[in-house]
Amino acid sequence: MSLYEHRRTASPAAAAEWSRRQIVMTDLRSVYGRAYPRMSGMLREPSWMFFEVLLPFLATSAFVFVYRALQAPPQYVGFVVLGGALTAFWLNVVWMMAGQLYWEKAQGNLELFFAAPMGFMAILFGMAMGGMVMSSVRAIVVLVVATVVYGVTFEVDQWFLLIAVFLLTLAALYGLGMVMAGLYLVWGREAFQLNQLFVEPVYFVSGLNFPVMSLGLLGALAIATIPLAVGLDAMRQLAFVGSPFPPGTPSVEVEIGILIAMAIGFTLFARVMLAALERRARRVGSLSVRWQ
Amino acid sequence: MSVSSGPPAIAARGLRRTYNVKPTKVVALDGVDLEVPPGEFFGLLGPNGAGKTTLIKILTTLLLPSEGTARIFGFDVVDDVKRIRRIMNMVAGGEQSGYGILTVREQLWMFSQFYGLSRDEGWKRVDELIEAVGMGPERLQRVGTLSTGQRQKMNFARGLLNDPWILFLDEPSLGLDVAAARAVRELVTSWKAAVPGRTVLLTTHYMAEADELCERIAIVDHGRILAIGSPAELKKRVQRESIFRVEIDHLDGGPGSLAALPGVVSAAPAADDDGPVDRQSVTLNLVLEEDGVLGGVVVALSRMGSHILALRKSEPSLEDVFVELVGRGFSDEDGPVESPPAHPTDPAEPHEPVEVA
Repeated sequence: MSLYEHRRTASPAAAAEWSRRQIVMTDLRSVYGRAYPRMSGMLREPSWMFFEVLLPFLATSAFVFVYRALQAPPQYVGFVVLGGALTAFWLNVVWMMAGQLYWEKAQGNLELFFAAPMGFMAILFGMAMGGMVMSSVRAIVVLVVATVVYGVTFEVDQWFLLIAVFLLTLAALYGLGMVMAGLYLVWGREAFQLNQLFVEPVYFVSGLNFPVMSLGLLGALAIATIPLAVGLDAMRQLAFVGSPFPPGTPSVEVEIGILIAMAIGFTLFARVMLAALERRARRVGSLSVRWQ
Repeated sequence: MSVSSGPPAIAARGLRRTYNVKPTKVVALDGVDLEVPPGEFFGLLGPNGAGKTTLIKILTTLLLPSEGTARIFGFDVVDDVKRIRRIMNMVAGGEQSGYGILTVREQLWMFSQFYGLSRDEGWKRVDELIEAVGMGPERLQRVGTLSTGQRQKMNFARGLLNDPWILFLDEPSLGLDVAAARAVRELVTSWKAAVPGRTVLLTTHYMAEADELCERIAIVDHGRILAIGSPAELKKRVQRESIFRVEIDHLDGGPGSLAALPGVVSAAPAADDDGPVDRQSVTLNLVLEEDGVLGGVVVALSRMGSHILALRKSEPSLEDVFVELVGRGFSDEDGPVESPPAHPTDPAEPHEPVEVA
């Protein structure tokens, strides 16, 4: 084989017919391919240590000192630290999932993604996988630093369940991120403003710094609809066993059920929406910024 | 079955595409019929807004036609999208795709994964193509720091990652210097020649590029194909007489002595004959009724004692063809189709800002 005959096939018709295995392998490779820039980028831009570790740590610290001043139960410091660690995931979902297709389109990547033979969901999964790895590192750093500095004591009976809930939370969060990515592209404008809208209000109703059911009906609504709220609440119940939670807090089992439903529902919805999005984009000509 | 006996590489029938640019509809393609056999290097030549990119986007499955049909190697651009995407690739001029944080090598490898190359096969292919486009020294340079020309070479390498059967090149020389443009032209022609049936569709502003590369060219304007043919055929359309440029050591009777010969339409000093004033040689533009008249001119010059120092047939350029067909030059824009719409992304959404992360 020469440079010019790398993957020589008998005919275009033969080259166009792919086996099931080829299709699946291409999708899996595409997931890794798209995750790669995020994972390698993490090592090349050390400035994230300042912006995504130190700044969330400071915000978390403020609440720690408030709780200490109010002589709140010591577990509340742990609640805040756990919430602070999870901010990395929500920021990543909003800025690097929801808004991402919008930037990809502006850079000319979107039409190249669509023109390639892999399924587009592979690109979204790749974005999600890369984001999860990137954010997990950041979350762990925040968690470890805050735990050491403020002397948080975890009381975990079921480590396996805690890890499972964490992974389910990520699946639901990034499923929502995929849905938002499609919606942003359909709306096609004001991504920055939408992102701002989705950060602080979601932090608040998700109970990032306090048990979410302290918000009463609003907290219950958040548990039913926002992966961050339900996942964080379930993780707090598992990481700080025996802690005081507000009345009406759903059991961990119920919250796991909600997370599973969200993970499946959001992913399926994202898939359906992407197909619709591609049809619409091909119809109106909005996959790229060039027009002639 | 050989590729050449199979379906055409491109077959378009009555292709029409309109965009809603409120308050009007803009017709980007207006009934295009086109057939490109496998193995051809085919060019689309036309000014901005002619509809070239719209046609490429339809053929690459990124845009649906409003009316008509188009097939790539027999696969319908509406219904057989995945199959078409497995056998094609595309490179556009001025493309800023990818991620600035990656190196050239990593960026190409990432794209190789989208085409299903295995991890190791991808790295190997990437290294080969980097060498082929002459980017060895920049292979570990971050994409964000590349010059326009380097970036375009990288885009060419990306376009060949999957060994497509059909390669769409949309203004690929945009921003390239002469040497870089020549290098990528040579790469594409070598790649195409290596396997019979590989097809290239090129859109370009550059007449010389189309003339050099394309076996056939379609001249497009206002969404319509005005003429199709080989460069020589197209030029012949506008060349009703034969024009020769002849340099002779002296001409005692002056140009009039040649103009009087049978079959000679005119004989006049060349306008750009800027040789030394004191020299005796003269350069003439001879317009003949047909090539065969030249023999009589040569004999007559010999009888007059003149010696021919240089003789060259003057060909009309593709721009002459375009002017003849359209009635204006490439750069003279008019009408609504040439004017870019207010919004470059989605004509239905006229005020969307274009932001780059």
